[in-house]
Amino acid sequence: MEQLSAKELRDRIAAGQTSSVEATMAVFERIRQFEPTIGAYISTCEEKALEAAADVDKRIVAGEPVGQLAGVPVAVKDNMCTTFGATTCASRILENFHAPYNATVVDKLLAADAVIVGKANMDEFAMGSSTENSGLKQTVNPWDTSRVPGGSSGGAAAAVAGGLCFAALGSDTGGSIRQPASFCGVVGLKPTYGRVSRFGLVAYGSSLDQIGPITQTLADTALVLNVIAGHDPADSTSVNEAMAAACDYLEELEEPVEKLKIAIVPEYTAGADESVQRALSDAIEVYKKLGAEITEIDMPHLDYATAAYYVIATAEASSNLARYDGVHYGHRTQSPKDYVEVYSKSRAEAFGQEVKRRIMLGTYALSSGYYDAYYLKALKVRNLIRGDFTSAFEKYDCIIMPVAPTTAFKIGEKTDDPLQMYLSDIYTIGANLAGIPGISIPCGFDEDNLPVGLQILAPAFGEEKLLRIARMFEKETDWHKRTPPIV
Amino acid sequence: MAQLQHKVIVGLEIHVQLCTKSKMFCGCAVEFGAEPNSRVCPVCLGMPGVLPVMNKQAYEYSVLTAMALDCRIPTFTKWDRKSYYYPDLPKNYQISQYDLPLGENGFIEIPLESGRTKRIGITRAHLEEDAGKNLHTAGNFSQVDLNRTGTPLLEIVTEPDMNSGAEVRALAVELQRMVRFLGVSEADMQKGHMRFEPNINLAILKDGVEYRTSIVEIKNLNSFRALERSVNHEEHRQLDEFLDTGKVMKMGSKTTRGWDDEREVTVLQREKEEAHDYRYFPEPDLMPVKLAPRWLDDIRSHMCELPLKRQMRYVEQYKLSDYDAGVLTAERSTADFFDEAVEAGGEPKRVCNILAQTGLRKANEKGCSIAQLGVQAIDVAKLAQEIETGRINASSAKTIFEEIVKLKANVFSRATVEDPLTVQRIAEQLNLIQKSDAGELEAIVDQIIAENPKAVEDVTSGGKKSKKAKGFLLGQVMQKTKGQANPKVVSEILAKKLG
Repeated sequence: MEQLSAKELRDRIAAGQTSSVEATMAVFERIRQFEPTIGAYISTCEEKALEAAADVDKRIVAGEPVGQLAGVPVAVKDNMCTTFGATTCASRILENFHAPYNATVVDKLLAADAVIVGKANMDEFAMGSSTENSGLKQTVNPWDTSRVPGGSSGGAAAAVAGGLCFAALGSDTGGSIRQPASFCGVVGLKPTYGRVSRFGLVAYGSSLDQIGPITQTLADTALVLNVIAGHDPADSTSVNEAMAAACDYLEELEEPVEKLKIAIVPEYTAGADESVQRALSDAIEVYKKLGAEITEIDMPHLDYATAAYYVIATAEASSNLARYDGVHYGHRTQSPKDYVEVYSKSRAEAFGQEVKRRIMLGTYALSSGYYDAYYLKALKVRNLIRGDFTSAFEKYDCIIMPVAPTTAFKIGEKTDDPLQMYLSDIYTIGANLAGIPGISIPCGFDEDNLPVGLQILAPAFGEEKLLRIARMFEKETDWHKRTPPIV
Repeated sequence: MAQLQHKVIVGLEIHVQLCTKSKMFCGCAVEFGAEPNSRVCPVCLGMPGVLPVMNKQAYEYSVLTAMALDCRIPTFTKWDRKSYYYPDLPKNYQISQYDLPLGENGFIEIPLESGRTKRIGITRAHLEEDAGKNLHTAGNFSQVDLNRTGTPLLEIVTEPDMNSGAEVRALAVELQRMVRFLGVSEADMQKGHMRFEPNINLAILKDGVEYRTSIVEIKNLNSFRALERSVNHEEHRQLDEFLDTGKVMKMGSKTTRGWDDEREVTVLQREKEEAHDYRYFPEPDLMPVKLAPRWLDDIRSHMCELPLKRQMRYVEQYKLSDYDAGVLTAERSTADFFDEAVEAGGEPKRVCNILAQTGLRKANEKGCSIAQLGVQAIDVAKLAQEIETGRINASSAKTIFEEIVKLKANVFSRATVEDPLTVQRIAEQLNLIQKSDAGELEAIVDQIIAENPKAVEDVTSGGKKSKKAKGFLLGQVMQKTKGQANPKVVSEILAKKLG
């Protein structure tokens, strides 16, 4: 069963060749078997999932219309609000928080008749690149359980790679979908900022956050994107349909892009590990064989992306996380001596180290007297980076580069060195700053049999073409067909 | 003896609650006095993952007000987050406008007691969301009511152009009248729809040298009386303090005081403005607001003639007293009704008298506006005309007015009330048409003269008693005619007959 992609499963369920209940039960059987090792989920909801699956099966038998993801077991990162189960953001401050509403994407999954099996682990409040910052549990990489799954959507990527669901939703603020997808050998898409509603996504860096699919194949990515994309009146930053309408991303997926022009940025990516470099060169060769024209370009401002990102994201985070104060919901300290202590102790007790570090960084960057030097300067850098991408896309259909400088690293390897950890986002951050879509697809393995991801970046709202470009590669290779040894 | 002169300098921050149906960034109802925490949703509660959506109406109301304040209206503005921790602020930041307010560099004219007006500069006007309320009821805990959280507030900041408590009050009253005319706020002081924070200091001229006292901000005043008195109190307190200590303004030495309404004194709250760093930055969850020309025109189309201008026009054009013009322009509905009645042919002064003496009293009694009494503007115009021609007198006009109100209150007679001949019909029904026919009245006057020789003698003899006796005879005629004689005609006949 786990060999099927989400789309294949959907088609089989629709054709009556299998049932959603059967698929869902199989997923929970695997969860019982592998979850103790992988640790992908913060919570699962078997009963509710089986009920939903049975409902889909009944409707299919009755010949009633069903949604695009009818009967497919999926996972949702635990920073998207659900009225069922807790929404913890992997933080002890929200450990027992039950949202009174569903995130728009959750409602859309349910409307498409997807079967939600659980909430996936993550770095606390999506701050991290290894899921080691989860305040609630450890997730490991299904390819090598001594290694991290990447992050912050590490639980979602590990669940897809480990066959603990057929597809998942992650969120990406600086690479949090693409990097774990790369580490876990699956496909991860960060859509254009504004393509998918953020309503109900617990905010980290509001101007950078975007929800996207983590799947086994590009067809699955297109399928899930079909379900979640589109304007949401509850999210003022989601793009108006009149400006850039979402389309059926499956429809043209198999159509190769003619006269494909690809840009690469060798100077920028020279620092990546040799195995990563090798996989990238191989990928370039694949595209060359497909007739693509490859051009080396310079992105002069990308060097400053990480610095700008850690100012902007932390500044926004310091404000977004101010609401977790123990007053209205979430963890509250015992016997505070006054209301100020309700704040200081509740937060000191329940936030993890990395969250505290970023709140402090962001608070500092926004402080009077420092604002111009940090936040304002970072916004200017952001505009320059956006400009670099805009001019590149005037000439080229896409830019390809590695997703991360390394493959999955060892658990604990970088936890004492936040700067090293921050640098694992070095190639992914640019897309968030520029608001453009980026995808990670499996493109090879290193000497330790760890997956390597290829990142493809496209102009804003160019998801349709981006997926077609990625699909050209997927068709030519079978990296995506390999499964982790644990499976 | 030292030569000493001083001048108080006041600038004002005013928060005006806009009368939108729903809150600034969510769909919750704006409602005063509801059960605590019953007008809330995940958005105004600041739950994880929620996003704000701008209330367009609130923005339009604010721009309209800024236009009325002659502000420059930038076509591009944005939202900012203002961060501070307080239990009544669930997100621990307030969505506001920092460096790009929706209006700036305006002014407002305020009426002075002298009858002249004074121009007060408006520094800026911006829109923001209100916080909730902390309730300190009993016990060693506080409770938070978040019903008010997210209510749209327009903050208006004036230049320090006012120089007395009376001027500050005049501005507050004028602004209240203005926002009510614009229909953007109920401006009900009892419900906290307008809150004031004056900044006050003194310029003191002593022996030819000018000194400035430190600026004092008085927090959260919500009545005109408290506003005026606190400014007056602060003026004297600062002068005394200067004379006692000689302390003058230092950079950043602003203090905050509260107003003790019972003792009528200001009380020190914070010696030094705590190093408040609000860490403003652009709100990433909301798009900047771009005012396209068409949208701007649409907002401008809701502009009305503003109350002070209208008051001055009534004085100028209709020769009404400033007092009467003020009464008519206290409420938009009264002024509109007045204009309509004048438009329908009523003589302005007479229309004004009917409205001021009968209409407003009646409306006040019923707790509604003049327009809601059921009397049509055309009826009032008619009444004014009937008085003008002498067919009825002022007191009959009042009776007829009240009769129409009574009829209107009875829904079944609605049809009759809208009859354009209402006034005439009621006047006839109630026998209120004045007798102005000289021939008919002459006979009655003759009769009264015959019956009252003493009074006649007093009149003809002239002297002290003459005037009183004339009045007596007139009264007798009125009594005889059950008030229907036209007193003007009777007086003329009396004068002719008794020399």
